[in-house]
Amino acid sequence: MKSSVSVTKKEKKGIRGEWSRFVKNFPLTFLALPGIIVLFIFNYIPLYGLILPFKNYRFNLGFWNSPWVGFTNFKFLFTGQTILNATRNTVVYNLIFIFLGTALSILLALMLFELKKRSVKVYQTIIFLPYFVSWVVAAFIFRALLDMDYGILNKFLVAIGKEPVMWYNDPKYWPIILILANFWKGLGYSSVIYYASLMGINKEYFEAAKIDGAGKFVQIWYISVPLIKPIIIITILLNVGRIFYGDFGLFYNVPLNSSLLLSTTDVIDTFVYRSLIDLGDIGMASAAGFYQSVVGFILVILSNYIVKKIDSEYVLF
Amino acid sequence: MAKIIKTGEVKSTSEKLTNFFIHISFIIICAVCLCSFLLIVGSSLKTQQDIMNFGYSIIPQHFSLEAYKMILKNPEMLLNSYVVTIITTVIGSAAGVWIVASFAYVVSRKTYRYKTVLSFYVFFTMLFNGGLVPSYILIVKWLGLKDNILALILPMLVNAWYVLIMKGFFQSIPESLIESAKIDGASEMYTFVKIVIPISKPAIASIALFYVLGYWNDWWLSLIYIESDNLMKLQYMLIKILKNIEYLNSVEAMKMGMVKAGTEAPTLSARMAMCVLAAGPVLVIFPFFQKYFVKGITVGAVKG
Repeated sequence: MKSSVSVTKKEKKGIRGEWSRFVKNFPLTFLALPGIIVLFIFNYIPLYGLILPFKNYRFNLGFWNSPWVGFTNFKFLFTGQTILNATRNTVVYNLIFIFLGTALSILLALMLFELKKRSVKVYQTIIFLPYFVSWVVAAFIFRALLDMDYGILNKFLVAIGKEPVMWYNDPKYWPIILILANFWKGLGYSSVIYYASLMGINKEYFEAAKIDGAGKFVQIWYISVPLIKPIIIITILLNVGRIFYGDFGLFYNVPLNSSLLLSTTDVIDTFVYRSLIDLGDIGMASAAGFYQSVVGFILVILSNYIVKKIDSEYVLF
Repeated sequence: MAKIIKTGEVKSTSEKLTNFFIHISFIIICAVCLCSFLLIVGSSLKTQQDIMNFGYSIIPQHFSLEAYKMILKNPEMLLNSYVVTIITTVIGSAAGVWIVASFAYVVSRKTYRYKTVLSFYVFFTMLFNGGLVPSYILIVKWLGLKDNILALILPMLVNAWYVLIMKGFFQSIPESLIESAKIDGASEMYTFVKIVIPISKPAIASIALFYVLGYWNDWWLSLIYIESDNLMKLQYMLIKILKNIEYLNSVEAMKMGMVKAGTEAPTLSARMAMCVLAAGPVLVIFPFFQKYFVKGITVGAVKG
């Protein structure tokens, strides 16, 4: 029986107080220790990457001994066209994914909402399947479609007397291809979120509306959509905060990492990868990474701030 | 337009029409999804000659198992990839679930002094990360983990998103349950393992499935950290197959059983067959656990 439990606890002040509180909390801290350590090593230590681009990193000298070069890496980075092109691609694709993607997911969810449970289960399971495979498998599928010699599309074009298209050589087709690929893979997944939200709406609203004679579209516009607004806004907010990050899997695998297509398939992430792994240019790669992390961070804060202005209920922090 | 409002029995004609269109739309969408997979399967069941003449297709002109027979005659590479993938998935998922659950539990305890600090500690990693380059230098140079199986496990071990999901779940556990355990003299570890975990099985199942899917499908870590053939995971092996026609003519491809020794052209159907063998199991197994994924996603999105 613990005898230290008393009604009037004397608050120990200063370091000794803090230490005794630390000791008291230690069992829980110990439980969290693995997480603390792993996060520290793999998430916090890499933050030195913020200083990295200001040095001319040499492998043999290591991080601490490599010389400072100020903004040289950044100058070099931004005088080339490539990073600007990659930025444009990243942002534009993400805008389309976010806004068109959200609209389509909501549409799918609304459509599912009208159906009976049995049909919903079947349809949902099937449209969810692409989420379970990796982008590599998706690349295989697109290869089977777009292969210049054996792909279905070209065989079809030849069969109807047209010229086959050099899909993997011509950048102009890829915005459409990549957008369709992303929707194929992700819409099933995201529609599930909205569907679950719709299922959470109190049925009585719909009953009341029906009794008042409201048609389907009225119900959707005045009940369904408004009541899932929080989840829509939060999801959009989260995605907008990541507008500077592309899905590496999509942009690397589906175009088969072809350099001919880079003008429309290169995103910041693939740029960093190429600079680091293919070119071994640490200065450029780390400068691009810095650029991505910092702008990305600012955007998250900014989007959170904007949403706070609109309706402070929906913010992340 | 009959508008009889019984308990949903009679629908108006306009409602029936909408319903019809909805079904048609979904049938088309589902057909697209299914056909994309059938395309791979079908092409894997074709002869090399048929692919060269007619291209890839869903239905083979002449049904043939030659691609599979060839691979399964020399299955070492495939089996090795399976082993590596299974090991990294099992270890990674188990460790990941433990780390995330324990951390989330601690942070969810109202009486824990450092819960705000640690919450921010993990949340911050969602907002900001150092990027690929410093991580690469850290793992390759400072930790020396290139071509090491740990490089395939550690970087994906902790995900702030999963912590948030589990934290939300643990917060819904009544404090009284934990209090009564403490009164009975249980240590924090004991309370967590013997009391909290057993009642958290659904949430843990969801997180575990996310981890399993993540580790199973991962090719990214292999792409940057692994060069040796012994540590190739399934999806990474597929990447190598997908991209390099030249690669398929090489000795390595023969090792994979993808080229008949002595012939010139790599077999295209073998490529597809490899894809089926590597990805098929996932596609068959995971839909059975779909409801856990859905639970996890929706809880995460709502609590987020």
